[in-house]
Amino acid sequence: MENVKTEPEKIAGIDREIADTSKDHIPGWGIDADPENDPTYPMKHRTGADYERLNYEKPPQQPVKIEILHSVERPGITRVFGTSTPPSGVSGMIRRWAYKYSEATTAHWMGLIFADRVNAVEGIVDDFKKGTIPNLFKERGWSAEWKYNRQGFIRSAVTGLLVTTAVIAFCTSKRK
Amino acid sequence: MNYRGPFRIRADRNRPVPQIEHPYDAIVRVTRSLICGSDLHLYHGMVPDTRVGMTFGHEFTGIVEEIGSGVQKLKVGDHVLVPFNIACGTCPFCKQELYGNCHESNPEATAVGGFFGYAHISGGYDGGQAEYVRVPFADVSPTVIPAGLDIEDAVLLTDVVPTGYQAAEMGGIQKGDTVVVFGAGPVGIMAARCAWLFGAGRVIVIDHIDYRLEFVKKYAFCEAYNFREIDDPVLFLKKQTDWLGADVCIDAVGCEAAGSAMQTITGKKMLLQAGTTTALHWAINSVKKGGIVSVVGVYGPPFNLVPMGSIMNKGITLRANQASVKRLLPKLIDHVMAGRLNPKGIISHRIPLEEISEAYHIFSAKRDNCIKPLLIPPRAAMA
Ligand SMILES: NC(=O)c1ccc[n+]([C@@H]2O[C@H](COP(=O)([O-])OP(=O)(O)OC[C@H]3O[C@@H](n4cnc5c(N)ncnc54)[C@H](O)[C@@H]3O)[C@@H](O)[C@H]2O)c1
Ligand SMILES: [Zn+2]
Ligand SMILES: [Zn+2]
Repeated sequence: MENVKTEPEKIAGIDREIADTSKDHIPGWGIDADPENDPTYPMKHRTGADYERLNYEKPPQQPVKIEILHSVERPGITRVFGTSTPPSGVSGMIRRWAYKYSEATTAHWMGLIFADRVNAVEGIVDDFKKGTIPNLFKERGWSAEWKYNRQGFIRSAVTGLLVTTAVIAFCTSKRK
Repeated sequence: MNYRGPFRIRADRNRPVPQIEHPYDAIVRVTRSLICGSDLHLYHGMVPDTRVGMTFGHEFTGIVEEIGSGVQKLKVGDHVLVPFNIACGTCPFCKQELYGNCHESNPEATAVGGFFGYAHISGGYDGGQAEYVRVPFADVSPTVIPAGLDIEDAVLLTDVVPTGYQAAEMGGIQKGDTVVVFGAGPVGIMAARCAWLFGAGRVIVIDHIDYRLEFVKKYAFCEAYNFREIDDPVLFLKKQTDWLGADVCIDAVGCEAAGSAMQTITGKKMLLQAGTTTALHWAINSVKKGGIVSVVGVYGPPFNLVPMGSIMNKGITLRANQASVKRLLPKLIDHVMAGRLNPKGIISHRIPLEEISEAYHIFSAKRDNCIKPLLIPPRAAMA
């Protein structure tokens, strides 16, 4: 048992050594130190307001002019809400379905993520309908990649090209 | 800006100017706005109910152009900094200063408050990476920028400074404590800097991007280590802390943490969990028994793999929240004005709003030593 490593009585404390060094060079050091800031420090300023439940003074209701989906975990919509991008198209149908489930379910969140992917395709179709051809090079900010990571950019472009060529070659050769 | 799908952002000049929708609204003309690490989760398509056509942006300053009939304090012409939380001021949560958890600003989810430009999971508001924004509850959170406060400091007070400060505050840091911060992005940098305000004895930052580690070392007077070079960060930190573990660990990384193949495959590639929990995992395992883990990194619904056994067996206190910006503003404005904090020191890029696609790419891909990119709308640039 001689080569079993036992721990020394005292460990040379690098941690405390560093912690005890002077902090004079750090502006504001310790200025907000508060011994009472223990785990239960009142980040929440306890006023008991949560026990008043929903009987609080409410702001006026924002008029509803567009479709607003709301969580089934509340009785209705909130007094204000955003008016960006109401649900539309196929993604909108998926979103309406997803909002039937609570925020505790996978159906709700995975449904919404799926709707987002469908929505991105709808966005492209919509662009074409309006005569806009999405400029992927621009939208993905690739000019910055060209500027700051030229080698990497060329490397991935060449790899992409080779892979595409190989796939095309493979598919066409099989057909013969 | 106009979101078109994952990794696709369009600078779009033909966006409609927002209208007053509610008596407590204001319309603000943006003077500065920032891109946040949280926006990267949207940009990468990680956040459910992010709809094509939306405008992102929750960190901005602007000039009040128009007010609703019920607005009493704010006046047209006021130059304000707008906290990222949309808060009614009267619900039970706002009354208890939990302004990041308001119950009257987000119909779409009860698990999150309303935020500007943060998908429909946060209320479906178009955000501040634009020329104009609709600001609800204008009398509650928006704060007139005090004379003498630099606009670049002001815009950082809308999120990054309060978030970093609250990360340290939730850590319950006591004088002499060893604090480990995971993540050397803007939030982690600010958390490290703020840990000293509570009297930390030692601050250690962990990341894997060398230029950020170099930056944080100088900016936040702390130690900084690259986890790619230290094999097992938990073991490394145990050794660093006399084998006991840190008193406080802060997760300033969130759901896109690198460093574990298993996490990356299940969380980012297959979406079997809501992103990766690598940093949180390390935080829980490197904190001392009875220690505190403070989480400001953002995680998505519905669930993540977390070492619950260690939390229980070690008696760890886990604290987390969205920053309550309005609650912290008076104190933080004071710290900035007195020179104790220097927020604008973290701005690495000043980019015209028209080049927003490139700005997102630079910040996301960590090009050109990017720490924090600032966007300047055309009209504000001329002024
Ligand atoms: N709670 C809030 O109120 C609030 C507010 C703002 C931002 N956030 C969140 O804070 C997080 C950080 O924001 P940011 O702006 O600094 O983003 P960022 O993306 O610039 O920074 C994240 C940093 O973490 C590093 N990292 C990745 N994996 C890591 C790991 N395993 N261990 C240590 N570091 C790792 C990255 O290299 C990067 O430098 C994000 O999740 C953001 O959504 C929360
Ligand atoms: Zn932010
Ligand atoms: Zn509220």
